[in-house]
Amino acid sequence: MKAQTRLMTVLAVAGLLAMTSGSAADLGAQMAQGAGNAKSGEASYKRYCVGCHGPQGDGRGENAQWIEPKPRDFTEALFKCRSTPTGTLPTDNDLFQAVTRGFVTTNMPPWRPLTVDTRQNLVAYIKTFSPKWRSQAPGTPITIPAETPVTTASILHGRQLFQRVECWKCHGPAGRADGPAASTLTDSKDRPILPYNFSTGTRFKCGSTNTDMYRVIMTGLDGTPMPSFADQLQPNDTWDLVHFLRTLQPAHSPESVVWTPYRQAHASELPVLGADAPAEISPTDSATPPPTPAPPTTTP
Amino acid sequence: MHTKHIASLTFIAATAVATTGALRHPRPATGSISGTVTYTGTMPKMKPIDMAKEPSCAAQHKSPVMTESAVAGPSNSLEDVVVYISAGDQGSAPATTAARYDQRGCQYVPHVALLQVNQPLEIYNDDKTAHNIHPLAKQNAEWNKSQPPGAPPLKETFAKAEFIPVKCNIHPWMHGYFAVLNTSHATQSGEDGTFSLKGLPPGKYTVTAWQERFGAQSQEVTVGNGDTPKVNFVFKATPY
Repeated sequence: MKAQTRLMTVLAVAGLLAMTSGSAADLGAQMAQGAGNAKSGEASYKRYCVGCHGPQGDGRGENAQWIEPKPRDFTEALFKCRSTPTGTLPTDNDLFQAVTRGFVTTNMPPWRPLTVDTRQNLVAYIKTFSPKWRSQAPGTPITIPAETPVTTASILHGRQLFQRVECWKCHGPAGRADGPAASTLTDSKDRPILPYNFSTGTRFKCGSTNTDMYRVIMTGLDGTPMPSFADQLQPNDTWDLVHFLRTLQPAHSPESVVWTPYRQAHASELPVLGADAPAEISPTDSATPPPTPAPPTTTP
Repeated sequence: MHTKHIASLTFIAATAVATTGALRHPRPATGSISGTVTYTGTMPKMKPIDMAKEPSCAAQHKSPVMTESAVAGPSNSLEDVVVYISAGDQGSAPATTAARYDQRGCQYVPHVALLQVNQPLEIYNDDKTAHNIHPLAKQNAEWNKSQPPGAPPLKETFAKAEFIPVKCNIHPWMHGYFAVLNTSHATQSGEDGTFSLKGLPPGKYTVTAWQERFGAQSQEVTVGNGDTPKVNFVFKATPY
């Protein structure tokens, strides 16, 4: 008995050490596919997650009724933050990063204080709630090419794309989440949902870097009204769009450094966005071929 | 079906394989199942759709567009009901031609797209506005893709049989269905509620009729040599 207690103490101390040293060292930790142990994850789930996500993993834990947005329903295996195309399962690492990062503006905290092992095991356990994980493999992560330079031209083109692919319909002409469709959006469970408001901060649920924004645009946020633009935007276009979206945010950024002086100098020349946009950048124009450029002059 | 006629034309490998089989073991004449879909009770009122938020679509409709979740025809007939062979199908050739689904005037045309499992589906945006096409599938994968005006058609397939509700989040009045079925013996009831499933070899079949608001009903039918049995479906309509 005494020996057992001593052993437990040693283990507890070792565990604490692992936790404190681990949390600092594992910043940027990645999870290999299949690295978690669902059986070990179950105990952690019942300790940390069950209150909101529920014993069945259906997002109907006892706290769920007080929470908005609602906790994720794992039985549907439908996840917002993925590196994989729309309609496919996320990778283990996607889920691991989500657990680690938490979701800003929701009740899901970052679980970075838990050890990497614990988080990996939680991911494995979360995957036991839907049969989809047994019949399907995760999608192939999209490739994200190197970011293009932040230039005025890039931002201006991104601004045109914002109008043309109609981001403003939901996010609003100034990114204030007040587009004409914003008030009627619902998620896949028919619950009201708000578009992202770019004017209130710089953080996103799926990570805050430009690469994270790129990924969201190309994969969409499954289960929400945010579609994938992978079939509609070329990689360079998406980077341009990302650069423009950054200028809607109230923060100092490489994009704002380039854009703010340009906007101030050219305020009167910039076409308005949204429903009142002029024809040359409005969506009706994209269906018709672009105007033929003037013939090149041959004068030296 | 028109076995001799098709066999005489020696093209399309898949058809040729299917028909040579039929020639070696000549099958008895095929029959067909036909009937009418009607309702009893009170039909829900279809409501006019206000498209004011999308002027480019509103301009396409002279009179207000009505919702299409339950469409009644003359003498209590029920339109647009999916009628298909749910059991007893003796082999449906995989569909090779693409089905077409249009987003036109901020409506889905047709309201219900009949598809076979793995049949190619081409989704067109004919409007001057962006749509996002969002099939809320449970058995198949739920995806959500943007289709700005002028974008090429999206090409999709669904691997599992399922009635998939489809919506556009940008235009919340847009609702439709993909009826993904395991059989090629499927049809929709016409304006007078009639339907006909042709080309059925003799056998015992389960015929199912599905309506998005009123659910599904099944009946067992035996088709003899060249028989044309009648099957009628009566749905109980409720206003809400």
